[in-house]
This record gives sequence, structure tokens and C-alpha cells, in this order.
Amino acid sequence: MNKKPLAALGLALAAILSTTGCGSAAKSDASSNEKVTIKYSNFTSNGGNEKNLDTIVQAFEKANPNITVQVTTLPYKDYATALQTDLAAGTQADTFDIEYANLGSYVANGAVAPLDGVDGSKYKESLLKSYQADGKQYALPSSFSDVVLYFNKDLFDKAGVQYPTASWTWADETAAAKKITDSGAGVYGDFQNVSFYEFYKALEQTGGKFLNDDGKSVAFNSPQGVKAAEWLAGKSGTTMPTPAQGAGTPDFDTKLFKDGKLGMLHSGIWVASSFADTPKNWDIVVEPGDTQKASALFSNAVAVSANTKNEAAAQKWAEFMTSSEVMAQTRISSGWELPPTSDESVLKPYLTKDKPANRQAVFDALEHVALPPVIGDNQQKMVDIITNALGEVEAKRSSAADALKGAADQINALLK
Amino acid sequence: MTVLESSNSTLPGAATYPTRMSSPRRRKASSRLRYSLTVALFLLPSALPLLFFTIVPMIAAFWISLHQWNLVGPMKWIGADNYARLITDPGTQGAFLHTVYYIVGYLPLVYIGGLGIALALNSRIKARGMLRGLYFLPVVTSWIVVALVWRWLLNPSTGIVNWLLSLVGIAGPGWWTDPAWSMPAIILASAWKDVGFVMVILLAGLQAVPEELYEAAKVDGAGPVRRLFSITLPMLSPSTFFVIVLSLINGFQVFDQVYAMTGGGPNNSSQVVVQQIYDLTFRYGRAGEASALSWLLFLFILVITLVQVRGQKKWVNYA
Repeated sequence: MNKKPLAALGLALAAILSTTGCGSAAKSDASSNEKVTIKYSNFTSNGGNEKNLDTIVQAFEKANPNITVQVTTLPYKDYATALQTDLAAGTQADTFDIEYANLGSYVANGAVAPLDGVDGSKYKESLLKSYQADGKQYALPSSFSDVVLYFNKDLFDKAGVQYPTASWTWADETAAAKKITDSGAGVYGDFQNVSFYEFYKALEQTGGKFLNDDGKSVAFNSPQGVKAAEWLAGKSGTTMPTPAQGAGTPDFDTKLFKDGKLGMLHSGIWVASSFADTPKNWDIVVEPGDTQKASALFSNAVAVSANTKNEAAAQKWAEFMTSSEVMAQTRISSGWELPPTSDESVLKPYLTKDKPANRQAVFDALEHVALPPVIGDNQQKMVDIITNALGEVEAKRSSAADALKGAADQINALLK
Repeated sequence: MTVLESSNSTLPGAATYPTRMSSPRRRKASSRLRYSLTVALFLLPSALPLLFFTIVPMIAAFWISLHQWNLVGPMKWIGADNYARLITDPGTQGAFLHTVYYIVGYLPLVYIGGLGIALALNSRIKARGMLRGLYFLPVVTSWIVVALVWRWLLNPSTGIVNWLLSLVGIAGPGWWTDPAWSMPAIILASAWKDVGFVMVILLAGLQAVPEELYEAAKVDGAGPVRRLFSITLPMLSPSTFFVIVLSLINGFQVFDQVYAMTGGGPNNSSQVVVQQIYDLTFRYGRAGEASALSWLLFLFILVITLVQVRGQKKWVNYA
């Protein structure tokens, strides 16, 4: 029976004590020969790309002998909590990864420094713009990625089903998944997380909207919303393992795919590099839609902390990490997401790398993009409410209509 | 934990040291001062951490609780709004209800289990020293380890518990995937982990019961059940009181096992107060509300403990 005093109290104190001491950080210029160390905290290299990040860091240090980059890598799951705690305590790294959905709240709270003098021509314009606010650049896009449908060719052959194509719809996917599923042998046809991140996309695939145009209320409480929720939740226990069988635990889905026991997997292109030759024959295709196509686009960015003592050096690293040739080459050759470069020719080699054969799907998916709804400070709460509601539908404890109505009421209250 | 025994303790020898001397008043005063300083010096090593890691953070948390603060941006004064919101918030009410549910399930289980084991290990059985050690082992094991092991044991499809149940023809529940069973799963794991602690406290109490009482009772013809209810339990009441006070205080602060086993889910069915404080602070960026909830929890525990200390006169028997 260990005593667990209210952890929040102590932390809160630590936060108060340290924020008072860090307001007046003197900013020095790193252009002199003075040696400086820049800290970089990231989640994007976690889970298989740590070495690739190291390659970029070494190239930067070679080009800038007086700057040392000290890297901290955290799993995505813990990253936001760690960063928030660091920001409260004033112990954040000089440069850190941020996601598109969180930019607004970091800017509003003055956590990230505006960046001047960035050569914008090196970046894909739409990505660069998504990290601007009030005409200022608050972070630099470091990569982008989308979600595609992975499929195991051998399982398709075995079930005698044609491989998925770009013209597939939900109905085709369901039919194939049913044929492939062989629960006796532990083989499943399909896997798609029953969560917020799949829901807003599925909603768009069936022609629905998450928020109303004014952003002041939700619109997912609709026939399309019900259809999207039923599409995701209905897979569980039929063509897809249930949470009780392990679904939803980290790496469960990728492991199942690697073991050759999963016909189709909805996942981001960041997992492609970990598949290589397991399973033996696999490929990717743009995700099936219902009434229209919609693919999730994610982008990450590097921001410079507003309280860094080495702003010039920090920005230098942020620019290198997001626009250097070494970065682009490293990402392309390893398949670690895609560089946000404006130079399309740099992306070409990506298409001719070996597996998966249909790399063109990664770019085709960008033609119809579904962006996550963003509501500011209550973002995480909204994500949890949707994921909880879908969990209730998945476990058949609630109908899709009831669960979405409950979720809509809760989120509308947050938007007031 | 505060010391619960009546505190008449003095420094060894201190009672006789200054009083015997028939000296002038001033001298008496100065030696009393020196005595107080000595006491203060001895208390310092525990008083300082208490001050800096408990008292000051509590005051700071109260200050934060009067603000709207997302940990990152500036704090905004909102007075008692956080408290007003929390009291009417269904999420908070749910968290308190789940916490009470946890205690109501956990306390009888851990007490009766601990008592049973203590009684068994107080008799002259073989290898009782080793058994006492074994039962205490989970107490000193990290909650994260215990929670992960229990997640495996209670895995709805591959866990050994549901497999054993299936052998006797029972379809095991979904445990941590089913809102109706997530809290029982946590209670079970918690009772298993803490039963050794309760056993040690009760065992110490049992060994202080004079053998003559049992002999006299036997002479008077009292059977084993009668001896348990008329001698053992009344003589154990100070230990029982200690166990209950401690379990309630810790029970209201239950967190580690919830965080590691269910994270408060599914669908908030095992969301307890401290998990709610954690989520508010680190997931939802509402540090002010979380601090207010911390204070509500503190006051809640304080009141319950005061009621218990008052109530102990009625049933606790300090022989």
C-alpha cells in the first residue's frame, strides 16, 4: 500500500517556481565561434527511425562545428504530456516537434518563437502556410505523411480475391475482408483503429462533415456520421479482432500484418519501412472511400522555443532539419515519411524504391485530403470523447446514433 | 501518515533533567529553551521535506485552483469558478462514485483476506516464516509490474483466469474491456497486492494478545468461533482501526493501478478522482481545475478521517 500523495500538487509547485526564473533569458548570437549546444526533442524518429535522425544530426554538426545537437526521442503517446510539463516548468528543449493540430494553442500561449528570414521557397507552399499565424512563421514543416491501405497479396491469392484498386469502395473492402477472415486460423481480413483519427476521415469518405462551417458546433451527429461509426465499429468482431483480442494495444496491428495474419491494414506510410520482407508479398493502395475519396494527411513541424538562449543556432538547426538536402535524401532512402520540399524532383527516387511497388498511391492520396478538425485548447478532450463513443458502439453497448448524439452534446458544450 | 497513538512521548531522560534543580527562574527558562531547540533540531529532518514538498505545494495548488491555467500560457484569475464547475460536473461526480465503489469493494476483501492469512500464519504451521515473507512480496513489488501481470491474467481471450473459469463451465467476463468489470478487476488486483500489508499489521496485533485470555476462555468452555469474536477481534481493534484509516486514505488516492490497468476506461467506467486530476492536468491542460479537484479530495479525506478518529472511542479497545 504505497502512499501516493497528490502528484499534481508537487508538480504544480515546481512549475510555479521555475516559470518565474526563466522569463529573461538573454539571447546571444551563435554566429561567433562560441560553442553552443542545442536541444531537440522529438517523437517523429521514435520506433525505427532514430538512426536516420542521427544521420541528419551528424551532417548538421559537420557543417556547423560550433553547434552540438542533443536529441531526446519520446514515443508519440507520451510526447504531448512531456512537452506540456516541460513548457510549464520552463525546461523545454530549444527546438521541438509539434503537430499541425496543436500549433494554434502553442502560438496563443507564446510557447514558440516566430521565425524570421526563412527561405520559404525550399518548402511545399501549402505545408509551410499551415504553420503560419497572423502573417508569421511559427514552425517549419519537417515531414508529411498520409494513410493508405496496406494489403497482403498472399492472403488475397489464398482467398481467391482480386487485389484492391484505387477505385475500390467500402463495399468492396468489406466483401474481400469477409472472404479472407478465417478466425479458426487466427487470420483477419481487415484492421482499422476505431478511433477519432479514423472517424473524421471515414466521415468525409461518406460525404459528412465533422464541424459546421462556423466551427461553433458539430455536424457529425448526422446519417453520414452514423454510417461512418458503424463502418468502423462494425468491423470489430467480424473481419477484425476485438479489443479483448488485443486490438488497440501498441503495435498489435503491425505485428499481425508482419505475421502474415492480416489481409488489409489502414495505416500511415511511416510503418512501411518496418515491413520490408515481412509479410512476403505486400503492396499499398489509396484507401477505399464510400461516396468519395478522402485520405488523412498528417504533417509534423519543428518549432523553436520562445525562451531559448540560442535562438540563431536553434533556428539554424530547425531549418536544416526541415529543408536540407541530407534530410530529404535520408527520408526518401529510408521511407521515413516524406520531406516537405518544394522540389518535386527530390521526391522522384521515392517512387522507384523497391517495396511497396505502388508508391504512387502515397501521392495519389494527397489529391483528396481530410484534415483533422481543430478546436483549440479542448482538442484532446474532443479526441477522447469521440474515441470513447466509438468504443461503446464497437462493444455493442450503444447504438451509433445514441453514442454520436451523446458525443455531440459533450463537444458542443466545449465549443461554447 | 500521522502518528495515531496518543502522544505523551518525551525525549529519554528529559523529564528528570531540569526539574530537580532548585535554581533561579531565569536559568529554568533558558534550559527550557534549550530543550525546545533540541526537540526542534530532531524534528527538522522530517519537518523540512514536509514543508517544502507538502505544505508549500498545497498552498501553491490552492492559488492555482483559483485560476484558469493550461500549464503553458499565463494564468487567469477566475476565483471559485473551478470549484463551482467541478461540483456540478458529471465527470467529477462519476470519479468520486467510482472511487467510493473501489473502496467499498476493496476494503472488506483486503481486511477479511488479511485477517484470514494472519490467523493461519499465527498458528504453529510449517514454514510460516517463509509464508509470511511470500505473502508480503506483492506489497514491495512495483504497481506497474503487478498491474501488467494482472492485465495478462485477466486478459479476456488469452488470460489464465478466464481459462480456469472456462474449465468449470463459466464464460469469463471481458474484465478491463467491459465497463461493468473494469472496476472489479482493479479491486481484485489491489486486494491481492495489499493483503500482505494488512496481514503484517494484524499479525503483530495477534501476537500481542495474551495467551492467558484464550486459556481462561477455554476453561469457561468457549469454542473457537466464540474465542474469535469475544477475544481476538476486540483485542485486534486498534490494529483494525489503523488498517481501516490507512486503507481509506490510500483508497481515495487510488491511482497507479488504475493508470496502468485501464487508464480510467473503458468509457470512463474506472475513472477515479486522482486519475481525473491527472487527465485534467496533463491531457486536457486544465491545471486550475485539477488543483481545485485536489483540494476537494483533500477536504473529503480530512473529513472522513476526522469522523473515524472521533468514532473510534465507540469501538476501539486500547487495553
